[in-house]
Amino acid sequence: MPDAIPKVAIQVKVNGKLHSLQVEPRTLLVEMLREQLDLTGTHVGCDTTYCGACTVLLNGAAVKSCTMFAVQADGAEILTVEGLEKDGQLHPVQKAFGDAYGLQCGYCTPGIMLSTLQLLSRNQRPCEKDIRKAIAGNTCRCTGYQNILKAVTLAAESMKGA
Amino acid sequence: MYPRAFHYHRAGSLKEAATMLSQLGDEAKPLAGGQSLIPLMKLRFASPAHLVDLNFIPGTSYIKEEGGSLRFGPLTRHSEIEDSAAVSKVPILHDCAAGIADVQVRNRGTIGGSLAEADPSGDWAVVLMTLATEVHCLGKTGERKIGLPEFIQDAYTTALAQDELVNEVVVKIPGTYSGGAYLAFKRAAPVYPTASAAVQLSMEGDVCTEATIALGCVGLTPIRPKDAEDALRGQPITEKTMAAVQEAVRAAADPQADMRGSVDYKRHLVAALVKRAIQVAVRRAHGEKVEVSHLYA
Repeated sequence: MPDAIPKVAIQVKVNGKLHSLQVEPRTLLVEMLREQLDLTGTHVGCDTTYCGACTVLLNGAAVKSCTMFAVQADGAEILTVEGLEKDGQLHPVQKAFGDAYGLQCGYCTPGIMLSTLQLLSRNQRPCEKDIRKAIAGNTCRCTGYQNILKAVTLAAESMKGA
Repeated sequence: MYPRAFHYHRAGSLKEAATMLSQLGDEAKPLAGGQSLIPLMKLRFASPAHLVDLNFIPGTSYIKEEGGSLRFGPLTRHSEIEDSAAVSKVPILHDCAAGIADVQVRNRGTIGGSLAEADPSGDWAVVLMTLATEVHCLGKTGERKIGLPEFIQDAYTTALAQDELVNEVVVKIPGTYSGGAYLAFKRAAPVYPTASAAVQLSMEGDVCTEATIALGCVGLTPIRPKDAEDALRGQPITEKTMAAVQEAVRAAADPQADMRGSVDYKRHLVAALVKRAIQVAVRRAHGEKVEVSHLYA
């Protein structure tokens, strides 16, 4: 066991706000978000790189924040579910998930919304196959996938031209 | 789950990373995409005392087409390969990159990391075994080039020394009348396949003139079923040829029974995947655009 592991200073922009933090090297990105920044909207589901409940955007790309160390996010921009709402207005993706009943217990929803956001930032007219592929790394244990597909489709429509 | 505490080192170049690994010794490991290593560390199957992070090294993520080859930087992410126009000319590479796990894992995982990990259920080594692939390795004494069959030595074991790193992966682009396909069978996107098959072949009319086949997840390393390749080479693609190839594939596969299936089941599954991959490869060799995706239970 190596003793006296020094903490590492990192700078990370989360939901547009710059943070200077000291982190233990073994701290996972999801733990930093939840425990140091109190952003508990990012969930831990399986903790084994399977379920995608911990999905956040890292410089615009969806990643599983349980499978990355916080030190690796040094200098990066992170978007979590808390960063979707602007000035009290729900993001179109959030609104679509509400309108299309794209959630049941809601545990997987933040991760699925961020996977949706990566999809729609690169493909504004996704077909059903594209959507299924985009959220294949997100497990809904309520198995509410049909309404999730509808919600993503609705989000794509409402964001067209945005 | 917390991994065991470790010291974190950030390398500025691959050369510096190799020097760090050499100085830190056996307790040190390089960190590329981390999509295999970090889960292993969280389960404490791996507990390195030092991690040398390669992710901040500039210029390690690229895809270049040069002199009839594709050259991949060691930290090129699967998703970059999936989206690459240069790679789309070699469909089997796109099949592989687009089929690994899920979007999130493909955004982090790297081609160099996948080869260096040499997981028996990994995808890249199987696919690259059917193409002429060289792994360029960098150590403190310089670079050496190793053919992929010699690079992959055993399950989780490669020719890399403890202080050596993958510097570049060089893949020869197959000829015009060559076609390939990679298919895996999985229970769900994020899991490793139950079995997978890669086929690259050349056609002259209806006759297959060249064929390489590699099987994944049915042995400690990717398996080249030489008898199956011989049964295909020089033959028209008929039911009879296919039956002979499949029989040879079942004989060459050496799977282990686990929660994904019995030995017998996996032998039959991998032979079925080879048949489907051959069918797609033949159509692609004739210039047809065929999209494939992995099969799910």
